[in-house]
Order: sequence, then structure tokens, then C-alpha cells
Amino acid sequence: MAEKPVSNFSSGEKPTWDLYSKCVHCGLCLDQCPTYRALGTEMDSPRGRIYQMVLVDQGRLALADSFVTHIDRCLGCLNCQTACPSGVPYGSLLERARSQIEENYPRSWLQRKVRSHFYGTVLPSFGKLARHAKLVRFYQRSGLQGLARGSGLLKLLGVAELDALSPRIESDFSFADLGRVYPAEGAQRGRVALLIGCISSVAFAELNRATIRVLTRNGIEVHVPQSQSCCGALHLHAGYIEQSRTLARHNIDAMLKPEFDAIVTNAAGCGSTMKEYAALLEHDPQYAKRAQEFVVKVRDISEYLAQVGLVEPAHKLKARVTYQDPCHLAHAQGIRSAPRQLLKFIGAEVVESPRADSCCGSAGVYNVTQNEISMKILDEKMGYIASVEPEIVATANVGCMLQYAAGIKRKGMNARVVHVVELLDEAY
Amino acid sequence: MPVNLPGLVEHLREIAGRDAVLDRPEDLMLYEYDAGIRKSTPGAVVFPQNTEQVSQIMRLATALNVAVVARGAGTGLSGGSIPQAGGLVIAFSRMNRILEVDVENQRATVRPGVVNLQLSEHVSHLGLYFAPDPSSQKACTIGGNVAENSGGPHTLMHGVTVNHVTGVEVVMPSGEIVHFGGKAAESYGYDLTGFMVGSEGTVGIVTAITVKLLRKPEKIATLLGVFESVDDAALTVSAITAAGITPAALEMLDGWTLRTVEAFCHAGYPLDAGAVLLIELEGLREAVEEQAIAVREVCLSQKAREVRRAKDDDERALLWKGRKMAFAALGRVTPSYYTQDGVVPRSQIPAVMRHIGNVAKKYDLTIGNIFHAGDGNLHPLILFDMRNAEQFERVLSASSEILEFCIQCGGSITGEHGVGLEKRDLMSRLFTEEDLDVMISLRNAFNGRDILNPQKIFPTPRMCREITGPSQNPVLMQEGL
Repeated sequence: MAEKPVSNFSSGEKPTWDLYSKCVHCGLCLDQCPTYRALGTEMDSPRGRIYQMVLVDQGRLALADSFVTHIDRCLGCLNCQTACPSGVPYGSLLERARSQIEENYPRSWLQRKVRSHFYGTVLPSFGKLARHAKLVRFYQRSGLQGLARGSGLLKLLGVAELDALSPRIESDFSFADLGRVYPAEGAQRGRVALLIGCISSVAFAELNRATIRVLTRNGIEVHVPQSQSCCGALHLHAGYIEQSRTLARHNIDAMLKPEFDAIVTNAAGCGSTMKEYAALLEHDPQYAKRAQEFVVKVRDISEYLAQVGLVEPAHKLKARVTYQDPCHLAHAQGIRSAPRQLLKFIGAEVVESPRADSCCGSAGVYNVTQNEISMKILDEKMGYIASVEPEIVATANVGCMLQYAAGIKRKGMNARVVHVVELLDEAY
Repeated sequence: MPVNLPGLVEHLREIAGRDAVLDRPEDLMLYEYDAGIRKSTPGAVVFPQNTEQVSQIMRLATALNVAVVARGAGTGLSGGSIPQAGGLVIAFSRMNRILEVDVENQRATVRPGVVNLQLSEHVSHLGLYFAPDPSSQKACTIGGNVAENSGGPHTLMHGVTVNHVTGVEVVMPSGEIVHFGGKAAESYGYDLTGFMVGSEGTVGIVTAITVKLLRKPEKIATLLGVFESVDDAALTVSAITAAGITPAALEMLDGWTLRTVEAFCHAGYPLDAGAVLLIELEGLREAVEEQAIAVREVCLSQKAREVRRAKDDDERALLWKGRKMAFAALGRVTPSYYTQDGVVPRSQIPAVMRHIGNVAKKYDLTIGNIFHAGDGNLHPLILFDMRNAEQFERVLSASSEILEFCIQCGGSITGEHGVGLEKRDLMSRLFTEEDLDVMISLRNAFNGRDILNPQKIFPTPRMCREITGPSQNPVLMQEGL
């Protein structure tokens, strides 16, 4: 065998032999990967991405443009992880590859500035996030946004990501709820801490309120712990592992209290990251144990409600609903039946579309940074959805909701897009 | 290795489109592997979208004398889609439409890039399915199935791919587009459709395939026979067929393998068993019920500890998940494995299983066994770590000894994975020089300049050409990996 090759990864967190050698390149992941299905190229398949990590680690491939392009193109949907019989920890490999890219790959000056400002300054602080959100709200409502998007200026400046991360900002933010306690209605059956989320708080505050209503009407006391922060999912997926650790510690301090039965979120992405806290902090002597305790308590809202059981709804929902699994619920957390159970319980006629658990192409900011691929993925997905002629498309993650709304418009369909919690809110 | 033929890449772009050709080393490295163990880097990859483009590509390749290999999903295990170093890969991932479903005649016509399972899913609502079901069916393409004449668990009853293909559209090396067969069940004249299936891409490039669609059976029963030893399970295989029962599928997993697989699929395989048989019966309701009782009796009379029956579709799916994912699930316990594909007469299964056990001891290797017991098609999986070159030598020796034994038993070296690169040197053990010469003459009649998938199937070097391709030493070929 040749001399031991020199890795093109730097020391620190990187894809390692122990992780990537689990891949036996059988290829069973290929047809489950949205980018492989859209592009048909091995570089854009899970097996190919892992192989590129191997090549970089072996010094055969530079940590340069080509590698970054294909790793950037990954949605992080983890459909491949479900398909993989070998148990390749793809999510972890991806996070490490992205961390290496952040560390070693020179993005443009402006991109770096924007990314570090956004991930480093805005997201971790709810105060700063609120101030930015107000600016964005002005930008959206004044017509500036249409102008900027239409002109291609955003892409040119490399700030398309920021623009994408600004769905329509609501006039009231969830931050006002911080520190509040909402008492259970009727006999109390539980007490939970609710994560309001960073982006959700400014763009989906109404969904957070609906979540609180559904919980309280089902006999659950809801606390919105004062000092909680962003869960760190966006950081982790973008390669800022250390920052996500800081946020994880922060949330453990804020929400790991013996009086809470569960720590609940309505965002699949946040839930999956919070369930990763133990792995994230396993080498932190101070937090490792508490992170494990934290993870045990984390519940997606549908998981929690299915577990405690819903009370009889006030109104039965009479509608044909198709449920589309968010990747970070189905593939990252293995939660598939709970949302469907809840929908059936409130009377919905749940119709299964083909490939309900395949990615919609939203993936956080992906639909703007990789717009063309994202739309290709979405169009395939909308074909499946249209085939079952639903009146309502229900999902359980805000990013997916925005994407499906766009998909329905593109397809000229007549259906509304909701979060499962919103339907529950209508029923209670 | 870059293609140093001026103009090839430019011409390819003119034919297939600018974004349909890869020629940068960092992209080409991703086409140096399949699901097996051989590696060799192409000089260019092209993604045609229609037959006309394939025709133009072949005309160009012939004119420039460039070696060509077709690639589906790269899930093969014999190196069939591994390119010649510096050669051209025609990748069919963008030629993946189902062209026609003819319900009345139970036929579908598909492009080669259609994924095997997608076809069955596509026609499921019509009560139909495509029978060949290789374990990689979630990803492998029908084009690849045709090239390798793929099998699968259910080919025990329904036959391998060749029994399900009634017509093909083929692009010849000259670029000529020809059609063999059609929708009719029987062909007339030479059976060139049958000849194309299993030709491993050495005589033409298939660009459309007409296949049979079977009607889903009225009733399916899936049984799991649990045995204390591999020997007992192996003897049961012959006993079942001797009792006049032809199961749709009859699969065996040895104890070591089922324990490894169970960790992944939680199918409820008994962890302390020596071996299990997975037996599926299908047909009319009454017949299936009768057979299920008979199979249970045979198993118990052959010292089965117990026989379970899947209660519903979910349980059935779980049992099959364990079987179908078994190969790849071994990635949990080993960085690499080498899969063999030997065939023995059913009656020799107990003997060959004992032989494999001895070989494992002799070479100090772990060998798992999963196989299509009903067909006598073995899949010994030899575990190794590619960082250990000495161990890999032992793997190759062990593998040869197993296949030698298969040949001695009156069997063969491949059941369904194809000869490809990995078993070509064993062909001279199965065939005489004269046999091989006839085969090569036949290949040359289609592919006289040997530009289509050169160096596959036939032992090298042989009469007609010098070998200019990659090194024959797999350890060198996968240097560093």
C-alpha cells in the first residue's frame, strides 16, 4: 500500500475513518436522495458525498470549489440515513464536512461577513433578532424586497441567504411570551417548557400561540422559559459546531428543570437538533450528563400530544388531508405515525401520497441558495401530492410550509397548507 | 487519467448538452467505483437523454476508438460498470422514463435508467409488478438488471431477468439503432433479446426495454424456519423441493449474519439460531394455505426448532427488509466485504456450507452466509479491512477456494451478479478454450473492435488484443482505499 496520504482536512472536527468507513458504497441511498434524483450525478448523491469526504481525507481531492459545491448542495434531509442499512452517521459526517469548509475554505468577503453577522450575532440574541426582524418587516412591506429580489441584487451581493431566511415577518413577535406561564384548562395533565424558536418567533408567532392554545386546552400547563435561545440547528447545519454548542448549553440552563415533564417544540428542525445535544456535548465534562437528561425530555409537539393523548375535540375536522413528513421529523427523529394519529383523531380523512417522506427541497435557506435544484425537487413532490387531490396539505415544520405554499402556487392547485398544530387549534 | 483525445469532450457536449458531460478529475473520481471492490477512473462521463444521443455517442466513440461502459446506479458487485481507465462512461441516470404501460398485454417499456422498484410502484395500483427483485432493487436500474441478468429472492419461482424481458432497443457500436423482440412472449429467428440480457454491456448499449408485468398473487405466506445448525437448514432446502413444493422464494441466513442484520432491522430473527430459512409461498389462497402447512411439517421433520409465519404485511415486510438489506447492513461491523456469487446444485448445499466454514478457519477470516438457497446460489460475504493488504490477499485466496469448490460440485461461479472483472479469470475453469473462442467470436460479430466494456467476462489476456487497461491487482487499484 502507498504511504499514508496527507489529509486535506485540518485537525479538529472532521469526517473520520470511523465514521465514513461504515459506508460500503452499496448505493441503496441513491434513489432516496433528492439531489441525486434531480441531477443524476454521483457527486450529488450521499454515497458520492461520503466518497468525496474520503478523497479529501486521503489527500486525493482538494478542499476547494468542487467539494464545497457538492457539500453545499446537500439538503441535509437525511433521507439517506433512513435508507442506509449500514448505519452510516451521514448527518454527523455532513456537519463535520461543513465545519471543515467554514474553517478552511475562503468564501467571498461579503458572504463571510453576512454569515458571521447572521449566525454569530443575530440568531443567538433574541433582542438583536427582533430589531433585525423589524427592519426586514419594513423591507418586505415597503416594496423594497420585490425590487431587490427582482433585480438579482441579493444573489450578486451573496446575501440571498439572509433574504431567504426572512419569510413574511409578523407584526407581533413571540418574544413577548418569554417568561410567561399559561395554565392548563380543565384537569391538569402535564407541564411543559416550550421552545419558541428564533425564526418562528418573528415569522410564525401565530403558530406558537396556536401551539400554546392546543396544549393548554388539552390540560397541559405551558411555560415559556425566559432565558431560552435559538436551538442552534441553523448553526450546526451551516458548519458552526462550536456556536451551536454554546446555544445548547444556554438552553440546557434555561429549560432543564425538574418541574417540566417535557421540553416541547413545534419545529422539526429544532427538535432534531435538541435531541442531538447529548452527542454535541459528550466531551463537555460540565454539561455531558445534563445534556443527556435534556435529550430525554425533548419532544416534538406531535410526539408529545400523541403520547399524552388528546381530549375529545370541540369540532371534528371534515377534510381530505395529506400529511407530508418533514425530513427532520421522519428521518432525523423517526416520528411518522404521531402526526397522522392526531389528524385522524380530530376527524381528518388522511390520504397517503407517494413519497410522503421525501424532502420538499425547502431545507432552511436551500430554496434560495440552490433555487433551481430546490424547485426541481419541489415540482416532483407536488406531482405526488396532486395525485391524491387533497384539500389540505399538512406538515409539521415551518420551512416545509413555505415551500409547499410555493409549490401549490406553481402547480396551480387549490389546497391550503397548514401545520398539524393549526388544524388541532381549529378543532379545539 | 484524462482523455487525451482532442475533441472528445467537446463533441460529447455538442451531442448531449453542456451540463451532460463530466471531464474534470474531481468529478471523474466519483465514477471509479461501484458497489464491489474494483476501482478504475474514467476519462469522461456523459449523460444522454435519448436514444439518438446514445447513437451519436457510440458513433463518436467508435471513430475515436474510446472504450465505453454503460452505468446505471453503480450497485453492481462484479465490476460490470467499472470503466477502463481513461475510458468513457455512459451514465443512464437521466434516461429514466417509463415509456409505456400496456395493461392488457401486461408489458411495460422503460428506459434503462428506471429504478427497478419504481416500476413495481408505478404499476402497483393496477395489481401488477415486475418480478426480478435483486436486493438492491430500491436503487438499481433495469438497464443494469438487463446487463447482468439479475436475479433476486423471487426468481426461484419466476426466473431471472432474462425470463422477463421480451424486447430491447439496442445501439450498436456503429451507432446503428436496432430492435430485437417486442411485446410478444416468444421471439422468432435468433433469440437476440435473450442474448442481450446478461451480455454485461459487451455487445451493444440497451436504450429501451420491454418487460413482462406479473399479476400480484392472490395470497402470499411468509414463513421463517428456525434451525439449530446450518446443516439442518441446508438439508431442509432439498427436503422442501423433494416434497413437490416450489416456494416463490427460499432464502437462508446463517447465525452470524442474522445476528448482525437483526441489529439493524429488528425483524425478530432469533438471535441464538444457527440458521434461518425464509420461505415465501404465493398463489391461489387454498393452494398457499396447503403449502404453508406442508412446509411447516417438512421443516419440523428436519429438526427446525420452530416455524413462524408473518401475521400481516408489516411483519412480512420486516422479515424481507432483514434479508434485502443484509449485505449492506454488514457495514456496521466491517469496513469492507467481498461478496461471492457461487452456485451449486441444491443437494450440495450442506457440503459447500461445511467447506466455507473450513475455508474461513484456514484463512482466519469471518465469512457470513446469505443466499438464495432454493437456487443453490450462495453469497458468502468475506469481511475485511482495506487498510490491511495482507488480509486482502487471504480474502482473494479464500474466495477462489470457495468458487473452485462450487465448480467441483458441478456448479458455477456466478448466479446473478455477472462475471465482470472479478470472475473473468475463472471462466477458463468452466469453459474450454473452444467454448470461449465461440463466445468471443459472437461478441466480435457485434463489437469487433472491442470498445464496449472491454476486459469484462473473458479471461485475459486472450487472442485478439493487448490489455491496456488498469492494473489487474485490486490492491493497487484501490490504493489507499
